[in-house]
Amino acid sequence: MKVEDFFEETLIALSSNRVRSGLTMLGIVIGISSVIVMVAIGQGAQSSIQSSIESIGSNLVQVMPGAKRSFGGGVSSGRGTAQSLTLDDADEIAANIEFVNAVAPEVSSRYQVTTKGANTNTSVVGVTEAYPNVRNVSVELGVFISDQQSKSLAKVAVVGSAVRDDLFGENGEAVGKIIRINGIQFTVVGVTEEKGGSGFGSQDDMVYIPISTAQKYLTGNEYITTISVQGVDSDSMTELQDSITNLLLERHNISDVSLADFNILNQADIVETASSVTGTFTTLLAAVAGISLFVGGIGIMNMMLTSITERTKEIGLRKAIGAKRSEINTQFLMEAVVLTLVGGVVGIILGVCVSFMLSIFGVIQTSISIPSIVLAFVVSVVIGIIFGYYPAKRAASLDPIIALRYE
Amino acid sequence: MIELSDVTKTYKTGAGSFQALRGVSFRIEDGEFVAIMGPSGSGKSTLMHILGALDTPTSGKYFLNGKDVSTLCEDELVDIRLGQIGFVFQSFNLLPRATVLRNVMLPLIYKSVEKSEREARAKVSLESVGLYEEHYHHLSNQLSGGQIQRVAIARALVNDPSLILADEPTGNLDTKTSEIVLGAFQRLNQEQGRTIILITHEKDVAEHSDRIIHFKDGMVVSDTKNQKNLH
Repeated sequence: MKVEDFFEETLIALSSNRVRSGLTMLGIVIGISSVIVMVAIGQGAQSSIQSSIESIGSNLVQVMPGAKRSFGGGVSSGRGTAQSLTLDDADEIAANIEFVNAVAPEVSSRYQVTTKGANTNTSVVGVTEAYPNVRNVSVELGVFISDQQSKSLAKVAVVGSAVRDDLFGENGEAVGKIIRINGIQFTVVGVTEEKGGSGFGSQDDMVYIPISTAQKYLTGNEYITTISVQGVDSDSMTELQDSITNLLLERHNISDVSLADFNILNQADIVETASSVTGTFTTLLAAVAGISLFVGGIGIMNMMLTSITERTKEIGLRKAIGAKRSEINTQFLMEAVVLTLVGGVVGIILGVCVSFMLSIFGVIQTSISIPSIVLAFVVSVVIGIIFGYYPAKRAASLDPIIALRYE
Repeated sequence: MIELSDVTKTYKTGAGSFQALRGVSFRIEDGEFVAIMGPSGSGKSTLMHILGALDTPTSGKYFLNGKDVSTLCEDELVDIRLGQIGFVFQSFNLLPRATVLRNVMLPLIYKSVEKSEREARAKVSLESVGLYEEHYHHLSNQLSGGQIQRVAIARALVNDPSLILADEPTGNLDTKTSEIVLGAFQRLNQEQGRTIILITHEKDVAEHSDRIIHFKDGMVVSDTKNQKNLH
């Protein structure tokens, strides 16, 4: 029997009971498309978390004061605001440690920022010239804070794009205007480029001023809140973290690491933790979708077995007039595989469409990967073979004499 | 030429065994039209399965055109059926979802004959049983009982077999339609010289043949020329 005849027979058989074939296929369509959508959601979450972590700068180690880890800056935690780091610590790190590319100390706190007719509560960050480079911030209009301004305690400010919008209206003219931070007048000298992202800690919603100005006029002390250290490359990050720890322990006269009055966060650790979380999340989603695919496969097997029972006489007749066992086997296996293959292709198209819709309508960010599509395609064929194997074997082994007599 | 010598067939049943054929021997020459008669349970169905290479005997020899069929394996039996035997059954002769033409072509599909050739051969076959163009694309539920059996005969012919084996082909037909179907067999026998073996329990049907072999309890009880039909 020729290949095209197998196809023709398969087509006749499947189209003769369209409703049943369609419903069975639907199981595979749902299974495959949900696998695609779920994996796309998982990977979308992974890439959006990763990119938002990376947007704060690459190869970054952040040193923060405080005894215990308190994520997110420790606004509410007394321990998070511990005063243990100074500008000298930052200078020492810059001067003495290998693998350091740049060091950006900062003092940050929230203040009411006002102009004539508008006001907002936002993060005010005292920074040095190194900040934009280390934290991936760039200036859209005007200039950034210079070390010269820091030395001279200049009252100048660079505002984030969200702050600019809040104070001067959407894309309003800001450079050269006066703003008041905690009642003190500052001249706006620049606006940073929009980075996207939202919520707490968005770099668009910040006001940057010279670090010494912040210490003198706003906090009133010599302590700083974060030292961001940029390493030379990602391979030396662990070493960098260790040397910073040792240096600061020595400077603060602490011998026991567990008593350290600062915390060091390695960006690579954060990315790793986040990836492992989203990886688990993706696996979980894919597993749930995989179960529905498996159920779809059982549906195929069920339909094939029913169909073979109904077509017992037909199989007997075919065998009597010259069909070999292997030809019957191939024919029924082909029916199952064609069902899952067509179901798989429809499922892939549906899955890709749904994933795009979810992204476009902003429900959740998705990211479709070619490997997951290829995998889905292969899986659908494999499911056809696995769940079609037993029914086809059963059909092929029917004795034509008994099959023809079957009522 | 068909030759059976001392063929037996024993079926294993739950308790013991049941002997359906107890030493059957006969010879059928090419071009004969033979009816095998007997009541139900006489073993004529078992005999038909062996003659049709659907089954092999427990003991004894079956030669079809000089080839020993009694010792072949499953796939070799398929080749014998495909090449040398045409079947017409009592019921369920056609695939319900295939057209008349495709039903007739079916053996040629399994024989991997080219599409154009198998269509041509199927049409010749259908014409020889009196079915023409207008029926080619009908499904079996659009045909009468007599037409279905004639399509089945056309299918049996399409491989140019040396033997046509008909198992109660008129069992589900009324008298008038039976006559048409039996007439088709007779014509094939007389005009094309086909060997036909007709299995039946009806005397009227058997009367259309040239030779009647009577069966009872798995043995041949009589083997007579049908005087009425001898030419």
